[in-house]
Amino acid sequence: MVTIGAGPAGLAGAIEAARNGVEVVAFDENERPGGQLFKQIHKFFGSSVHQAGVRGFNIGSGLLDEAQKLGVEVSLSSVVLGIYENNVMNVMIRDHIEQVKAERILVATGASENMIPFPGWTLPGVIGAGAAQTMANLHGIRPGKRLLMVGSGNVGVVVAYQMLQAGCEIAAVIDAAPKIGGYGVHAAKVARYGIPFLMSHTMKEANGKEKVEGATVIQVDEKWQPIPGTEKSFDVDTICIAVGLNPMNKLVRMSGCKTVYVPALGGLIPAHDLNQRTSIPGIYVAGDVSGIEEASTAIIEGRIAGLAIASSLDYLDEAAFVEQRDRQFQNMKGLRTGSHGEARRKAKDYLNAVMKG
Amino acid sequence: MTQELSTCGYLSEEELKGSPGIPSEARRKKGPVAVIECTQDIPCNPCEGSCKVGAITVGEDITNLPHLDGEKCVGCTTCVPVCPGQAIFMVDESIEGDKAAVTIPYEFRSVPEKGQVVTALDRSGTELGDAVVAGVRKTEKMDQTSLVTIEVPKEWFMKARGFRFKK
Amino acid sequence: MGESEKMRIEEHPILGTFEKGKKVQFTFDGHTLEGFEGEPVAVALRSNGVLVHRYTTKRNEPRGVFCAIGRCTDCIMVVDDVPNVRTCVEPLKAGMVIQTQFGKGPEMSE
Repeated sequence: MVTIGAGPAGLAGAIEAARNGVEVVAFDENERPGGQLFKQIHKFFGSSVHQAGVRGFNIGSGLLDEAQKLGVEVSLSSVVLGIYENNVMNVMIRDHIEQVKAERILVATGASENMIPFPGWTLPGVIGAGAAQTMANLHGIRPGKRLLMVGSGNVGVVVAYQMLQAGCEIAAVIDAAPKIGGYGVHAAKVARYGIPFLMSHTMKEANGKEKVEGATVIQVDEKWQPIPGTEKSFDVDTICIAVGLNPMNKLVRMSGCKTVYVPALGGLIPAHDLNQRTSIPGIYVAGDVSGIEEASTAIIEGRIAGLAIASSLDYLDEAAFVEQRDRQFQNMKGLRTGSHGEARRKAKDYLNAVMKG
Repeated sequence: MTQELSTCGYLSEEELKGSPGIPSEARRKKGPVAVIECTQDIPCNPCEGSCKVGAITVGEDITNLPHLDGEKCVGCTTCVPVCPGQAIFMVDESIEGDKAAVTIPYEFRSVPEKGQVVTALDRSGTELGDAVVAGVRKTEKMDQTSLVTIEVPKEWFMKARGFRFKK
Repeated sequence: MGESEKMRIEEHPILGTFEKGKKVQFTFDGHTLEGFEGEPVAVALRSNGVLVHRYTTKRNEPRGVFCAIGRCTDCIMVVDDVPNVRTCVEPLKAGMVIQTQFGKGPEMSE
C-alpha cells in the first residue's frame, strides 16, 4: 500500500494497514511529515477518542511514532508526479524519478489555500494564513510586526490567536460575510485582547511600494458589492489571507476518479463511499482531499481507509474489519453533528449515494 | 451562534443568561466556582472528564452544552486549563473586601507576577480598570496553559475575562 | 535592517525554544548576513529584514514569500548562481551566495 501524503489522514491509514500486516510506504513531498498537524499548537476539541485536550503537534508526534514502530516506510521530499493505469506511480524522490506499483493507493494529499486577488496582493507581506503558521510555528519567526487577518473561518481565527502567541499585533479580522465563520470560542480568544472583528468587509487594496505598508478595506452590501465611501485603513506590514481551502485533487482527477462539485466540502471532491473507496478500484481517499473538514475527521477517515485496504487484501477478516470500522464510524458520528458538522455529514452521505449510483 | 458572538467575536452578558454552565448567584457567594462560557454546539467534552467530583455534564451527545452543577463544584480549577476553547473561568466572590477573584487561562510568553497591577479587560478587550494579580499557577499537567488569578471589584465578576500589562 | 532582530521568536509560550542548526554567515546581494544552518533561506533573509526576493520579468514588480511551503514559487531567488530556487524550502548553508532575482535570472552557462 502506498499512501500519498504523510499528514494525519495518510499516517492514520498507514497505521491501520500496517498493524494488520500490510507493507506500507508513505510518500510526502515535504521535508517533514505530519502535514499541517505539526503547526497546530492549540488543544484539540472532540472527546477522549479524538484526543481532546491534546495539542495538535503532540497528536502528530504520536501518529508518527506509531507509524514508524509498525515499520511504515516514510519517504520524504518525495513528490508523486502521477498515478497511471494499474496503480502505477511515478515518484520524484529528491532529484531522481522512480516508478512504483502498489496494490492499493491511499490519496491523502490534503488541501491548498484559496485566494482573493486585490490590488497590491502580489506585494511582499501578503501571505497565506498557512504561511504565517509555518513561519511562526515551524521556523520560529514572526511573519511581520502588525498584521490584518482576512477571513474569519476557523483557520483565520485560530491563526490570528497563534500570531498573538508569536508576539505579533493584529489590527483586525475582516470577513466579507456578515457572520464569523469559525467557532465562537476561537473568536472569543482573539476578541478578549481587543482585536476588532469587521464583518461585511473585504480587501480593497494592499498599500506600499516595495512591500506592504498598509491595508485598505471596504464594506460590502448583501450582494457582496463594495459600498463606496466606507473605506477604512489599517497600519500593517502583513496581510494574512484565510479565505478557505480546496482539495488538492489533481492526482485523483488524473487517475480517472469520478469527482463531484460539493461546495459544503470546499470544491471538487472525489466521490467516495463510507469505506473511503473511490470509483477507481484500489484507490482510496481520506482527509481534506476528500472534503475540507478537520484533523480529527482526517485521522478517522484515514483509519477507515487503512482498515478497508487491509480487509480488501485479505489481511483482515470480514468480522474483525466490520467491528473495527464500525468503531471508527461511532467516533466519527460525534464530529459531524451540530451546526458546524451537520452540513458535512450530509455532504458525505451524498457522496456515498453517488458511489452507489 | 448568538448575535453578538457571531458578529463581534465575543459574548454579551445577555447571551450568557440562562446558559447551563453559569452558576447561580447563591452558589457564587459561597466560594470559588467554575463559570463555563460555552454556548455553541461544538462536539467537545474534555471538561466533563476532567472534573473529579462530577460537577460538569455534557452527556452522550458531545455537542451538548456543558451543564454545571454548582452544588458539586468545589472550585478546584482543574477544568479551567483543560477547555480547548479557553471558555472556562473560576470566580470567587467570597474573598474579603468588596472584591472578586477571577482565574483566567493564559497562554502567552510574558507571565505576570503575584502582586503586579495589571489592567483588567472585558470579553471585548475593553479596559475595565486596575486589577491586582493574586496568583499564577502552572503545572506540567496543564500543558503550557497558566492560570492567572486577578482580584477585581466585585461588580466585574461577570465582566473581567482578560488582562493587559500596564505600560 | 535595524529592527530585524525582533522578527525571530526567542521563546514561544507553547513551543519553547526552536531547535536551530549552528549560526552561519552567507551573503545577500554582496552583504554578509547571519542565519542558522539548515533553516530555509527565506527565514534567514526575513530575520535580517529582507522581504523582497525578486522582481518580475515584464513589470519589474517586487515579490517575496507567499505560501512558505514551496508551492507558489513567488519566493524564488538566485542561489549560488542557480536561478529559480524556492528559498522558502531551500536549506541555508554556510557561505551561500544569495541574490535578488531579476526576471528569469542569469543565463546558465554550460
